[in-house]
Amino acid sequence: MKKFVSWIFITLAALTLAGCPTLGPEPDAAPVEERDGVARVEAGDVSQSGLPDILTKGALSKRSVYFALDRYDIEAGFRDLVAAHARFLVENRNFKVLIQGNTDERGSREYNLSLGQKRAEAVRQMLLLLGVQETQVEAVSLGEEKPRLEGHNETAWAENRRADILYSGEF
Amino acid sequence: MKFSRFSNGLARLLLGGALCWSLAAEAQLAIEITGAGANRIPVAIADFGGEAGASQALTAVVRSDLERSGLFRLVDTGSEVLSEISAVDYGDWKIRGVDALAAGSLRRNADGRLEARFRLYDTNRQSNLGGAAYLTAAPQLRAAGHRVADYIYEKLTGEKGVFSTRIAYVHKTGSRYELRIADSDGQNAQTALVSREPIISPAWSPDGARIAYVSFENKKPIIFVHSLTTGARQVIANFKGSNSAPAWSPDGQRLAIVLTRDGNSQIYTIGANGGGALTRLTSSAGIDTEPQFSANGAQIYFTSDRGGSPQIYRVAANGGVAERVTFEGNYNVSPHPSPDGKSLAFITRQDGRFQLAIMDLQSRQVQMLSDFGRDESPSFAPNGRMIVVATETNGRGVLSAVSTDGGVRQRLSVPVGDVREPAWGPFAR
Repeated sequence: MKKFVSWIFITLAALTLAGCPTLGPEPDAAPVEERDGVARVEAGDVSQSGLPDILTKGALSKRSVYFALDRYDIEAGFRDLVAAHARFLVENRNFKVLIQGNTDERGSREYNLSLGQKRAEAVRQMLLLLGVQETQVEAVSLGEEKPRLEGHNETAWAENRRADILYSGEF
Repeated sequence: MKFSRFSNGLARLLLGGALCWSLAAEAQLAIEITGAGANRIPVAIADFGGEAGASQALTAVVRSDLERSGLFRLVDTGSEVLSEISAVDYGDWKIRGVDALAAGSLRRNADGRLEARFRLYDTNRQSNLGGAAYLTAAPQLRAAGHRVADYIYEKLTGEKGVFSTRIAYVHKTGSRYELRIADSDGQNAQTALVSREPIISPAWSPDGARIAYVSFENKKPIIFVHSLTTGARQVIANFKGSNSAPAWSPDGQRLAIVLTRDGNSQIYTIGANGGGALTRLTSSAGIDTEPQFSANGAQIYFTSDRGGSPQIYRVAANGGVAERVTFEGNYNVSPHPSPDGKSLAFITRQDGRFQLAIMDLQSRQVQMLSDFGRDESPSFAPNGRMIVVATETNGRGVLSAVSTDGGVRQRLSVPVGDVREPAWGPFAR
């Protein structure tokens, strides 16, 4: 047990005070643990999805733009979100995004397919306006065919009136 | 009508035994009549003579068809068997309240095929209205029954019957999608396509041999044309962006389609056989979709939000200035012109409810045809008498057929899953 506790301690110490093992309070145990323990290092901040942490944590992890009934204009509350992705894409020209537009289940399937396209296109246009290149962004529609939230109520409908920003590797 | 009645077809299915039921249950559309016309013609269909079991099955199909139409009241003929050569006691049938009587027989020919012969009589005029004979292979006996019913329907109402037609629809269970083709009575459903991705917007070719539809099988909407007998499929439109809403020109040569290759959904026409030029038909800053040719092929009706809300417009089939057709309300979609060109079925939203409506194109009068609240995808029967729509009952997708005068109603459902995207096929050839 003592060994285990000290291993955790040493690992934490190694992570926080990288390169200074001699500063630990139990210097006698340290050399053994240092030999067997492996400290995990993430090269280039790779997360499980294959995307950099900056896209999966913090502001850029928010990817959904929600729309009002029948509408395809980006509301004020979502402009910062789109602008943040635009900044990332301008600074990282090797990244590409797919914008998927969705609608709620009500009304014509074909009209909803077009409405979803308009929603995706609205996000694409704003990205282009903010300097993202045409080759970096594609807009498609899933219409009402792929609801994120199944159900026949306002909660589900509101969740499904949405455009999602997906990065390469996510689609 | 307070109590809904199940069709003879379903009743037979239920009586057919547990094994039969379990096999048939998933495949068949059950039809429930939920409303019938006010003045129904009293008719008697005597049990067909000839081969016992097959004759009864044939007679049952004819009766079920006529009853389901909502235009006829079937008078019980007892156990009396009459054939097309029996002498008819007009006075006796008149007393029984019968306006028209059909009598026939079924016999097996030397080649094994079945021949149905019958005659139709008018008891008021005491006259013979004519008759016909239909030859079918035994497995297609129901088709002969539909032909007999079509003949009777046409003689008594003056318009062509649609009992021999077929209806295409999409059946969804879980994440499995099937494009199915059923007889107009919901029986004999056959699966033309199975997919793990959505299938929408089936559209029959005018000759009934092919169906155009939109499939998401390649993770985006692509238009296919599918030959029903061979299963051969052809990609008709796979441009950048989405490809959807196929509609056949009446001559079967071109398809009106919707593409987003140039940004928003816009209407184009393309050769129905995959060749031919792509022509852009509309040009707007908004959404243009759901094209449908008028019966004479001269115009294309479509949905557009160019005026701020989705409304129905029409444009000459070779392009030009579009004319707005609907003005009431802020959501009018899915136009479907009638076969006679006189009216337009569409879906209108009122207070959050989506309802089937029909417009007289001359007077521009609009009549509501349903009160289900969740109607989508209207499609006319080829005789213009009924419109089938997708709707919802208890959270499940079902089809509903409504007569254009609103009097006759039927509901078509399957025991499991959702039924949606109906398309009523053309007259049988």
